[in-house]
Amino acid sequence: MFNTSLKKLSGLLAGKEISSVELTQIFLKRIGELNPSLNAFITVDEGKSLAQAKAADAVIAAGKAGPVTGVPIAQKDIFCAKGWRTTCGSKMLHNFIAPYDAHVIEQFNRGGAVNLGKTNMDEFAMGSSNETSYYGKVKNPWDLNAVPGGSSGGSAAAVAARLCPAATGTDTGGSIRQPAACTGITGIKPTYGVVSRYGMIAFASSLDQGGPMARSAEDCALLLNTMAGFDLRDSTSLEREKEDYTRDLNLPLAGLKIGLPREFFAEGLSADVAKAIEEALAEYRKLGAQTVEVSLPNSKLAVPVYYVLAPAEASSNLARFDGVRYGYRAPEYGDLVDMYQKTRAQGFGAEVKRRIMIGSYVLSAGYYDAYYLKAQKLRRLIAQDFTDAFKQCDVIMGPTAPTTAFNLGEKSDDPVSMYLSDIYTIAVNLAGLPGMSVPAGFGANGRPVGLQIIGNYFSEAKMLNVAHQYQQATDWHTRMPQGI
Amino acid sequence: MSLNLADVKRIAYLARIAVEEDEMPGYLQQLSNILDLAEQMQAVDTTGIEPMAHAQDVVLRLRDDVATEPDRHAAFQAVAPQVEADLYLVPKVIE
Repeated sequence: MFNTSLKKLSGLLAGKEISSVELTQIFLKRIGELNPSLNAFITVDEGKSLAQAKAADAVIAAGKAGPVTGVPIAQKDIFCAKGWRTTCGSKMLHNFIAPYDAHVIEQFNRGGAVNLGKTNMDEFAMGSSNETSYYGKVKNPWDLNAVPGGSSGGSAAAVAARLCPAATGTDTGGSIRQPAACTGITGIKPTYGVVSRYGMIAFASSLDQGGPMARSAEDCALLLNTMAGFDLRDSTSLEREKEDYTRDLNLPLAGLKIGLPREFFAEGLSADVAKAIEEALAEYRKLGAQTVEVSLPNSKLAVPVYYVLAPAEASSNLARFDGVRYGYRAPEYGDLVDMYQKTRAQGFGAEVKRRIMIGSYVLSAGYYDAYYLKAQKLRRLIAQDFTDAFKQCDVIMGPTAPTTAFNLGEKSDDPVSMYLSDIYTIAVNLAGLPGMSVPAGFGANGRPVGLQIIGNYFSEAKMLNVAHQYQQATDWHTRMPQGI
Repeated sequence: MSLNLADVKRIAYLARIAVEEDEMPGYLQQLSNILDLAEQMQAVDTTGIEPMAHAQDVVLRLRDDVATEPDRHAAFQAVAPQVEADLYLVPKVIE
């Protein structure tokens, strides 16, 4: 039962072939057995989950079930959920019980989903390996020596190991797509503004976007239907008509134009990933798609631009962690400034401190123009490249990451080399475009490869269609790690 | 190396993060490496390009000037490190 799609589970629940309480118990038991080795969850609360499952069963009995009613879904620990400890992977929020629900959590509650627990993540979503969490590293279920990717590494590992049918993630520079690629699951980062950021702990507000992580594109479409929607409390939430993201899943791909950015297939891409991507593209050609070469000439600057803009925004957002209103406070201090400094020195981990410091520097007098403003100008050029490319194609494809999942500890002492693992995902966030990762085989070391699909603004339904048709023709997304 | 130890000290103060003397060289190295990465940006001429602050050209919404948030100070102060008489406590600021 644990290895069943969300779509199918939804049908079984509606048909009363299984109750939400039974289903929730199955996954809680699995978490109990496997989480000690994977460390995918920070907080599990059986009582709370089962109470929600019981309530869902009553809704189902009353004949009022929706697509996610009674389905257990794991929530990245960046989403505030009322009454749940919400840590964002940090010591700073070790004792923080959220007093309110994020919009995403409200949407799932409204739909009758069960919160199965809070998943591990890089501290404040800053990382690409899930090694910066205060709650310990997450292991990749395909190979316990490998990272699961990050920052949504706990959600990715949990879905891959079938500890939950689906999970939420957030993506600021690749944090849904890269872990999805590393663990052989499907994830989509919607167009910026589609999913409300209310109650989603802020990292870099002009880039942060929540989205679903699941086994298949079809399941992601169902989840996005629940997660997306206008929310007054997020000033960047977009006021748009409600969409059904499943509406185009079954359209044929004949005539689809796929753009292949030459910069994504250049030096730095490992040969085994390149081979898997070529095979995926061959499959698309069989499905009637054409490929055309496009160019994103400024995308090579996406990483440096991102590591100016994201830390700048982070240094401002994380100023709120001052030991006054919530979270950690240093036990001993002198005056007010000393309290701030000690609280932040003790409450934040190394990567978070580095980024806050970089952000403070690039925003400081004398450096603002050379770094921050320069990066914002380049951001426009990077976004313009995509606009130009989409004149020649319907979707853009390439690898999600330059290599398969790397080994635990391999890059943790070299921040810059870690940053380069997001080289193909970051430009998408800078432009605000939707992007997804789809399982597309395995590398030489047996670890999964992700195919990245980038769409034009608001083309999520099309991208999910493109991914779903591939998943009808291939079975990579159904593969499950052995020994798990 | 784009920074020196005095820079690191100043940046740490701007960030309100206490950095011990023995941590300084490590930060100096790592922050310099990140800024070296950022230096790559200088390779492209951006004269006349308008800075892009945001992914969407959105205009801030206006709304009627009425209270939308209920008073939830008890719930919010329940998670605060130190509270007395409905007030957040901090070290004395004014002598």
